[in-house]
Amino acid sequence: MPVEMDQPEVEDLTFLDRPWQTVVWNDPVNLMSYVTFVFQQYFGYSRKKAEKLMLQVHNEGRSIVATGSREEMERDVQAMHEYGLWATLERVQD
Amino acid sequence: MDGFQRTRNGVVATFSGFEADLLRSLASQLVELLRNEMAVPRGNDDPLEELLDFTGPTNEPEDPVLARLFPTAYRDDEESAGEFRRFTEGSLRDGKARNAALIIDALEQAGLPPELTEEGLVIDVELSADDAMPWLKSFTDMRLALATRLGVEEDDDEYWAALPEDDPRAQVHHIYGWLGFLQETLIEAVS
Repeated sequence: MPVEMDQPEVEDLTFLDRPWQTVVWNDPVNLMSYVTFVFQQYFGYSRKKAEKLMLQVHNEGRSIVATGSREEMERDVQAMHEYGLWATLERVQD
Repeated sequence: MDGFQRTRNGVVATFSGFEADLLRSLASQLVELLRNEMAVPRGNDDPLEELLDFTGPTNEPEDPVLARLFPTAYRDDEESAGEFRRFTEGSLRDGKARNAALIIDALEQAGLPPELTEEGLVIDVELSADDAMPWLKSFTDMRLALATRLGVEEDDDEYWAALPEDDPRAQVHHIYGWLGFLQETLIEAVS
């Protein structure tokens, strides 16, 4: 039994694979050009995608900028804090 | 002051002695804040100097500048947030202090003397595209610090513009705007 219990279901694997997301929140300080620049520079996003995410932050108050493992998202959040952006991580909502 | 401009090898900006000295002062205060979180307020009599002084009080996370520079990474999970802070804040502090120190070094290498006495001093700061990154990050940290102390909010330009010229908050807000201008031109120059 213990051996079988160690075998995760496929659905669980998928859930474990991408259960977290990095969220960047709007603030009254950071320039639109800077936020776009950071998304391009750090995530390697195209200018178009970076601008779309920046506008989402600006207009809707927040944007999901990355999805992945918890460790990856912690790394991204730390990087965003290095750049001075207000970022948090959370579980992906179903 | 035209901000940063692109050159063949990177970017360049021309600063007056006053501007360079002001930037060095802001960068120095940032270093001090980041390296000395137990700093106590100096109790300055000059309201302008007091507003420009963001070295304390810094009891974390009560100090709003530090709280903004090191935001809570988990909104609904205090334990995870604490762990994240424990593992990241030290290196984040070091990185931000290092970036600010690089600005001070670059200004002094470009000819800013330890004590500004000479009138009419003008210095050119030349940076490679890679050297520009710490400047962009540190401009952000300084702007976040000043904005937090001032209480800057979304779309409040009219409020600041309506303050009398001699109001120290208006003067600090002007410096905040100037840092934004520098950052904007630097982004354009390296993009």
